[in-house]
Amino acid sequence: MRWLWLDRILELDKAKRCVAIRNVTAAEDVLHDHFAAGSANDTKPFNGGPTGCAPGTEHPAYPVMPNSLIIEGYAQAAGILTGHANDFKEKVILAKIGKATFTGVAATPGTTIRHTAEITHLDDRGSSTQGKVELLDSADPSADPKLLATIEMMFSHIDQNMQGLEFPEENFVFTDQFMDLLARSGVE
Amino acid sequence: MSLSDEEIFEKVQEVMEEALGVDDDEVTPEATIGEDLGAESIDYLDISFRLEKTFDIKIGESEMFDPNVLSNEEYAQDGVVTEAGIAALREKMPHADLDKFAADPQVDKLGDVFTVDMVCKFVKSKIS
Repeated sequence: MRWLWLDRILELDKAKRCVAIRNVTAAEDVLHDHFAAGSANDTKPFNGGPTGCAPGTEHPAYPVMPNSLIIEGYAQAAGILTGHANDFKEKVILAKIGKATFTGVAATPGTTIRHTAEITHLDDRGSSTQGKVELLDSADPSADPKLLATIEMMFSHIDQNMQGLEFPEENFVFTDQFMDLLARSGVE
Repeated sequence: MSLSDEEIFEKVQEVMEEALGVDDDEVTPEATIGEDLGAESIDYLDISFRLEKTFDIKIGESEMFDPNVLSNEEYAQDGVVTEAGIAALREKMPHADLDKFAADPQVDKLGDVFTVDMVCKFVKSKIS
């Protein structure tokens, strides 16, 4: 079971671009601790969260999607784009996060994260991608999406780059879970 | 593409800054890619991709850096590169200055050959 960080793929333009979304829900365990209610004494202000609590007072919970998991969501969108370029014959792994710049916009429950990944380089050895992550708010659907992050990420085809190391025959990267995601998103 | 040595260096400098997150004053011609600039194995692929894009060239696998050339026992014995190994390196990497390395060919010093200047010479050979 992989932790799937995409709900739906909206666009998949072969070897060019992938757009995918992930809804943020208060039901996710990870948001319960990030950030839980607590004392203001030992808490530094965080992006968009409640600040200015008097010492010794309690601040409310502030659930927000961690940036590290937003990067994972982008990695899955860009990884699918890279794998799809070769009809999922290559085992594609995240090789390098070149840059990840976050704007400070907070992905809170009830919003939607949209990943747009584009391939800037693709060859036998792997790919380079760059893209953006945006936040959509269904309470204000006509508003422009807010830029959440810009990311540059590289992927490696491990069978091409790790000669001498043995990997399983089957493609353990693109499991049925990913194939199901593509199928239910109506992309091929 | 016709570029002067200085123009090639400036573009290579930008590539190194972007790929390795280093400052421009660190990227001197003598700087070694691994030891001085801190490149790890995947960074060489990143550098290769960025050079291809910047100079509109195609770089074959292991064309610029070939870490596997010394995996042949004939080329390296007891941590020292043999004469056959030096000859193989010269053939595979004509853009590298191997004279200094050849005087004391310790395998673990091969990284000293991979300098910014070597990358510039490699690019020059590809675009000319």
